[in-house]
Parts: sequence; C-alpha cells; structure tokens
Amino acid sequence: MSVSSEAQPVRRRRPRRARAVDERVHYSRWFWPSFTIPATIWLAILFILPLYTVVSIAFGTVDPIFRNALPVYEPWWWSGEQFGRVLHDSFGFYRNVYIHTFEYVIVASAICLVLSYAVAYYVARYGGKRKALLLVLLIAPFFISYLMRMLAWINLLDTNGYVNKVMSFLHLTSHPVDWLGGRPFTVVMGLVYGYIPYMILPLYAFLDRIDPNLLEAGRDLGAGPARTFFRVTLPLSRPGILAALVIVSLPMFGDYYTQNLLSGSPKTTMLGNLIDEAVNSTGQGPKAAVFVLILMILVLIPMLYYMRSTARSLTTR
Amino acid sequence: MSESVLTARTEPISRARRGFVRRWLGNPWRKPTILATVTWVYLAWSLIPLVVAIAVSFNVSRSISSVNPFSLHWWWSDPIDSLYHDPELHTAVIQSLKLSVTTMVIAVPLGVAFALGIDRWHGRPATGVNFVMLLSFVMPEIILGLSLFFVFSFVLKSVPLGTPAQILGLVTFQISYPVIIVRARLLTIGKDYEEAAMDLGATPKQSIRAVLLPMLYPAILASAAIVFADTIDDFVTVRYLSGPASSEPLSVKIYGAARAEPTPAVNAAATFMLLATLIVAALAYILYRVVTKGQRGGGVTDLATQF
Repeated sequence: MSVSSEAQPVRRRRPRRARAVDERVHYSRWFWPSFTIPATIWLAILFILPLYTVVSIAFGTVDPIFRNALPVYEPWWWSGEQFGRVLHDSFGFYRNVYIHTFEYVIVASAICLVLSYAVAYYVARYGGKRKALLLVLLIAPFFISYLMRMLAWINLLDTNGYVNKVMSFLHLTSHPVDWLGGRPFTVVMGLVYGYIPYMILPLYAFLDRIDPNLLEAGRDLGAGPARTFFRVTLPLSRPGILAALVIVSLPMFGDYYTQNLLSGSPKTTMLGNLIDEAVNSTGQGPKAAVFVLILMILVLIPMLYYMRSTARSLTTR
Repeated sequence: MSESVLTARTEPISRARRGFVRRWLGNPWRKPTILATVTWVYLAWSLIPLVVAIAVSFNVSRSISSVNPFSLHWWWSDPIDSLYHDPELHTAVIQSLKLSVTTMVIAVPLGVAFALGIDRWHGRPATGVNFVMLLSFVMPEIILGLSLFFVFSFVLKSVPLGTPAQILGLVTFQISYPVIIVRARLLTIGKDYEEAAMDLGATPKQSIRAVLLPMLYPAILASAAIVFADTIDDFVTVRYLSGPASSEPLSVKIYGAARAEPTPAVNAAATFMLLATLIVAALAYILYRVVTKGQRGGGVTDLATQF
C-alpha cells in the first residue's frame, strides 16, 4: 500500500488518516464525495426541507380569519392542536376510510403477489427461447402511462362497455353492471392492474438468480416438485417477496387517482383521497399536512425495510 | 419371483388410486401448463385493454365504450375537439415534452455522478447521504408532491408554481432512478477495469472518462429512458405544482378529462404520449445495441436485469 502511494508521481499532501481514503490511495480524500455534492444539495433543499415544511404546517397554527396555514418552524413552538384534531377524527369520522385503505391495499397486494410470483417463476424457469419476448411484454407497462392503462379500463367497464357486453352475451347478468359506480372490486382490480408490473420485474430478477443446482439437489434428495418448491424455492425467495410486497404497497397507500378514476364514490374513499381533497379545497392546507404526516408514519416501517434491503443489494450481490 | 410379480401388479393400482390429477401434478417432468396459462392470461389481461383504448382513439363516433373505426376525427379532423386542433391539448403536449426532456437532462447527470461518488465513498456521512437518497426513492409520490407544493407556497416563494416548480419537483422525484440503476451496474463491473487503467498510467479522471463511463452507458441509457417515460406520465407531482392552465401537461389534462366527460380525443392524447415514450424507448434500445456492440450478449434480457 505504501509502495503504491509512493509510486504516485505528484502528490501534494499525504492523507493524514489512511482509513478515510480509498484503499489504494489513488484518490484525494474529496475526490469521490465531491461527485455526490450536487445531488445532495438538491435533495437537502427540495426533499428534506419540504418534508420539514409539512411537519411545520402540521404542528403549526391556523390563521383565525382566513383559515389558512401558518407554519411554525421552531420545534419549541409547535402545537399539537391540528394533529390532535385530525387524529381524533381518524378514529371517528374517517375510521372507515382507514379501514378501506388497509383492506384494499392488503387484498390488492396479495393478489399481486400470487399472480406475479406465478408469472415471474414461469419466465425465470421456463422462459426458454421466448424469454426475451416475455420480458419485453412484461416491461411494456413501464413505458405505458398509468393514466392510459386506467383509461383503458374506463372504456371497458363503461355501462355500454365490452365487459358488460361479454357478460350479457354469456348471460351472466340480466342488466348491465355499473362497474364504475363505486365498487370496491373495481378499485382493487384497478390497483392490481396498475401496480403489478412493478412487482413482476423485481421478482423475476430475484428468481432468475436462484441457482438451478439447488433445485436439482432438492430433487435428487427425493423431494417432489411441490416439496422442492416449498422447501427450497420459496424460502430462498422470501427477501425478494418482501421487497416486492413493499414496493407495490407503498404507492398503493398514497394512491388517490385509481379510486378517483374508477370509482369516484365516497363509498370507496382511501387515505390518498382525503389528502387530495384537503389540498384542493381552500383553508384545509393544515389538514392535508397532517394527513401526509399520518401517511408517512404508517408507511415508515415498510419503507425502512425496503431501504435496508435495497442498500444491501447495492453493495453486495 | 412371485413376490416381484405381486409388487409389479399392486404398484400401478395404488398409483391409479392417487388419481389422475395428483399424478399429473406429481410428475416433475410434465410441462408447466398451469404456470404457462397463468402467464399468458396475465399478459392478455395486461395488454388487451390497451389495444382497445388505442382503437377507441380512431373512432368515428363520440363513444368511448365501443370501437367503431376508422377515422382520424379525434386526432386531426375535428376542427375543435381533436388532439391537433384543440389549442389546450396542443400547449399541453409541448409542456409535457418540455418537462420530460428538461427533467431527463438534469436528473440523469446528477444521479449518475451521485452513484459514482456514493459507490466509492465510505464513512458515516456517506451512509447518511445514501439514506436520504433511498428515502426519496421509496417515498410515496403524494407525500413528495404535496410537501413540494407546501415548500414552494410557504418557504421558497421566489419559485413560482408552474414550469420552474414542476421541473424542480420532477427532478427531485426522478433523481433516484439513475442512482439505483447505475449503482447496480457498478456493482457488476467492479473496480478492476479502473484500477487496470490507472496502473497503466491514467489519472483518476481519465480512468473514469475513458474506461468507467463507456461501461456505464447501458445503465445510463436505461435510466434516461425510464426517467423520460416516468416524467411524461407523471401527473401527481406535476398537478400539485402547476400554476396557470398553460402549465398543465398532457397527463394532467387527461386526468381531468377522464373524470369529467371523456371523448376519444382523450384516448388520442394518451396514445400520443404512448408513442412518444415508445420512440424514446426504441431510441434508447438502438443506442444501447450500438454502445454494447463489443460487449457480451446485450439484448433485452440484460436490460431487464438493470431494473
């Protein structure tokens, strides 16, 4: 190590602590950190500061006449009044909204998981010659806007739409079903449809990395296909499953547009809708901020879990 | 001898008792029929609605629920409501392209530089900075969009809502994509190439520019395409940060119209966005093939694992 540092032709000053420098001492101490500075400053101003602003509004006060938010930036002047009021409503007036949100997100994530595991498993193990084609078809939704995909269902689920036509053709219903009139089924289907691509690809990448020799070893030791799957594949893919579950359920918790486009009815309101409605009506800025804070607290643990697993996968493979 | 005859006879019977279905399921060499069916049904379910939506945009009538082609009425011919002639949609298209291209141009270099730095910088500050970056990646968009809306209305008041705020917000939201994609690629490349370059006399800067960066092109291209596609579709952040009506991009217009009274012109607008995205994706893919010409394999399978 010292040899290579002496071999450097010109070196203005020796680094005091070799620990802080890259092992080979090729770089000055600030060489790599300097790369991160622009993005770090950007995030400090436009990510951390905004989050702090939300907290300042949520714990701030309200103009007594105009009802608009007066943020308080000093933590020692924070008041829990706004937060307390909304929290109180959360257990009363808005209780059903929270229950809906959890119901829809859990059911939709579960359906996503079963479906996408099957698809990812098939592509990873049996894709064969068609793998490239299958992957293109699986990536396609990434490049097709969410709105376009919801619009497609607005077209199909219309009272005169093709879904109703097919159903009446098959004599499943006597009169057309109003799919878009506030049905939990439609909302959950929309959520599954919207987010499942984000689950299939990471699961595919994960399953693709499982060593086929392990499966073969399971077989050789006498396990049948089902047993090999439950004793080898499934335990191996557990981290992938957890990460994929988090990656779809996080945005679902903040989703308001799927509900809005495919139902729009107060019967299926989700937490995201409360936030969106609050921010779009005047004088409810503080309420929106409190809801955002509550949402942030709700998703904190899955978020931290996902960050840990991502950080790990980015440093070791 | 008689024993073996006996076992030979009883075995198939006991097998048959297990039932056809179980035997079929228990056969490790059978074709994965169920999985294949699920996969192809899933693909049909995921893609056929889009075909219908695209077909609706070529409708003759005003109906959005059935396909009755073929006309360019809602794309071009209608003097008021068609995509081409509606002045609002017109400005929205331009706004969409402006936002996506600008965001891509700002976010990708910032993200790539960050990825390079954070990959080699170790220590406590690095962990903290990395934490913030990952946090911005997983934060639900509604939280980010609203907090940006609040920051521009209460703290950074000099930034007007509209295009400037939208771009600042979009870049914040998108910056983590190149970071994640490039870091994954850096991990597979390893440090050997760079060190070899420096052993051969290159300075650190030269080794990055001449060795590392070319190897990163696929990841950079993939992230540029993703950022573009994601920005042009974005309506959450952009909607909260839009000021005057002229700053609303196509996605926001579509969102508004889809809830009110959609005409096939909305489908035409969405199809147009899809085309723009596909063109960018195709360009990225072609560039990718050109850039990785000398490298192993290449192709879609490789690109897919970049995600």
